[in-house]
Amino acid sequence: MEPDEDLLTLGKKQFRSRLIVGTGKYPTFEMMREAIERSGADIVTVAVRRIDLGARGKGSLLDYIDPGRYTLLPNTAGCYTAEEAVTTALLAREAGLSDFVKLEVIGDQKTLFPDVVGLIEATKRLVREGFTVMPYTNDDPITAKKLEDAGAACVMPLAAPIGSGLGIRNPYNIRIIMEQAKVPVIVDAGVGTASDAAVAMELGCDGVLMNTAIACAKDPVAMAEAMKLAVRAGRLAFQAGRIPKKLYATASSPLEGRIDIE
Amino acid sequence: MEVRINGKPKEVPEGLSITALLAELGLDTRYAAVALNGEVVRRADHPAVLVKEGDRIEIVHAVAGGA
Repeated sequence: MEPDEDLLTLGKKQFRSRLIVGTGKYPTFEMMREAIERSGADIVTVAVRRIDLGARGKGSLLDYIDPGRYTLLPNTAGCYTAEEAVTTALLAREAGLSDFVKLEVIGDQKTLFPDVVGLIEATKRLVREGFTVMPYTNDDPITAKKLEDAGAACVMPLAAPIGSGLGIRNPYNIRIIMEQAKVPVIVDAGVGTASDAAVAMELGCDGVLMNTAIACAKDPVAMAEAMKLAVRAGRLAFQAGRIPKKLYATASSPLEGRIDIE
Repeated sequence: MEVRINGKPKEVPEGLSITALLAELGLDTRYAAVALNGEVVRRADHPAVLVKEGDRIEIVHAVAGGA
């Protein structure tokens, strides 16, 4: 059980879990539901796409995720301009999904790195529209500051490219982003395994968002629990305050009272 | 008359509202949203907004995705 005083605040809402999970890439909706359940996440990302006109009566994603239980976080994945991203967010809100948005303005198909100019522009417009904007951004402290100034509810620097599983490539930049940010910092994308999530939280990040690391693990349900525990462990370690690193040994048993055999 | 729905041409009766169009298509629209010629149509306006010949209509909903 997480202590009540350690809640994650985003916009006007508070959350117990600091792990945010995606719904993509699972072999089945049933497995997705079980993994999300096991992850303990309160916030779940979804994409917004055209309805298949031939899909009368087929099951939909929201038959498996109760919008009353989870806060849905629609993303603007696949949007390459601020205009597309803004329209996608407006559609998501009109669909009744959420006034939260995981804002992505993608700059390049191969790296999926963000187009930060479009991102800042879209953030300003969606903040004016009353959205709780959660922008996916580079691990660049200057952009993070500009997003905060534009009214973003948090900043979400990538650890590494989306789906790459490379872990945190630039912990020093993430630390600089955290030092200057007055809004929560959530590492979004690039986590590969539990230790990556723990490292992010030990650095002092406020949360971690991931999809592929869980959904594409050999056993997604087990990995979901591993991520839940890693985020919790990392958070506790950060709060507890780690010891300084030293080059030489320091004994942890007393020097006095040793036997003397001669 | 012909309109384009989600990028594909479609014959629909004249004088349909957005609400009537969604019913005609038989879609589960609990969590769906509509854009007409690039503009988002508010849910409250669905009964009043009529579809015209040549309109481009996007009907979207939530699907699985992460980033």
